[in-house]
Amino acid sequence: MTHDVTHTLPDELLLAYGTGALPEVFDLVVATHVSLCDDSRARLESFDAVGGALLEDTAPMAMDEGSLAACMARISDSPAAAQRPARRPGIFPEPLRKAVGGDLDKVAWRPIGMGARQAILQDTRGASVRLLSIPPGAAMPDHGHRGLELTLVLQGAFEDEFGTYRRGDVEIADEEIDHMPRVLGDETCICLAATSDRLRFHSLLPRLAQPFLRI
Amino acid sequence: MTLAPSTEERWLALIARIRSRDQEAFAELFRHFAPRVKGMLMKAGSDAATAEECAQEVMATVWNKAAQFDPARASLATWIYTIARNRRIDMARRAARPEPEDLPWGPEAEPDQADALAFQQESRALADAVRRLPDPQRKLVEQAYFGEMSHTEIAEVTGLPLGTIKSRIRLALDRLRREMTRP
Repeated sequence: MTHDVTHTLPDELLLAYGTGALPEVFDLVVATHVSLCDDSRARLESFDAVGGALLEDTAPMAMDEGSLAACMARISDSPAAAQRPARRPGIFPEPLRKAVGGDLDKVAWRPIGMGARQAILQDTRGASVRLLSIPPGAAMPDHGHRGLELTLVLQGAFEDEFGTYRRGDVEIADEEIDHMPRVLGDETCICLAATSDRLRFHSLLPRLAQPFLRI
Repeated sequence: MTLAPSTEERWLALIARIRSRDQEAFAELFRHFAPRVKGMLMKAGSDAATAEECAQEVMATVWNKAAQFDPARASLATWIYTIARNRRIDMARRAARPEPEDLPWGPEAEPDQADALAFQQESRALADAVRRLPDPQRKLVEQAYFGEMSHTEIAEVTGLPLGTIKSRIRLALDRLRREMTRP
């Protein structure tokens, strides 16, 4: 289920997500990828361990008098512990399912030509998150990028000059990358793609991208 | 001869009691962690009243989600840190940030105790390494984790010895996946 992911997220991006420093637009891609890739999850959770160590060592600030009592009152009305969540059918891990309001059948697709479709989930001043559906045999026109772009495969596969990408794999591209992704196999390729606004993140992104893109 | 239980064993016993809805165990956990969560949030820039309120909410979440804590993948401090961190980010954004799918142990399955204990000891070693960081470095790491984002120095964090912890989490996830796919 999660063992064949070959293109994972680099430590820098996982750490930035973990601490909340990553531009918001990439959060959904990271959360969805981590749900599909145990290697990335293990690295993300190991970064959290540093946060735990810092918390343990933080100088305690006295809580108000009656604080424990107030919290006890709060918890005594709360229901019993949650059960293990049921695994749901479909191709969307939980964070994406939440963002869409369901699985593939709930996506509001719009045609974008040549049989391809997209559904924009979020678009704020040029920073966007969208689902893409590209039919078998299709190739995206050769294109460059504004800012950083993360593309996560959810179904099917595509390839470009940098490799082959299947379910769970993320391709990382930026201003320096021009590529022409082509759908592999006979299954429609469904991807989640997030693109940042170049102006807003101009100084941050090259720094994040540098160690793994070697730009 | 009986050995006194280690700190790690005592924490694990405490969370097990909280899972079976033991309020006294919860009070003990609260007294230790709530003031630290409050301290963390104040370092991140919260005023005392907000940090107080938020620390209470974080501890209430600990009670509600106790069944989801996996001692083979996180220390108690780490798990509580992530709850506080998520709360801090959600408040700053006024929206719930997308989080990875939960992979909790259900009430009918428990992680291997030996795995859990080994992991807890590894966490202790990391905590010691963090404690030994020279002051300026430690400040940078704290800024990165507690909300005063500092991208230029984020490399300091990746210099910490996280390899073993990462491999142990990976093994725990493999075990968990096998357990979850069992009919």
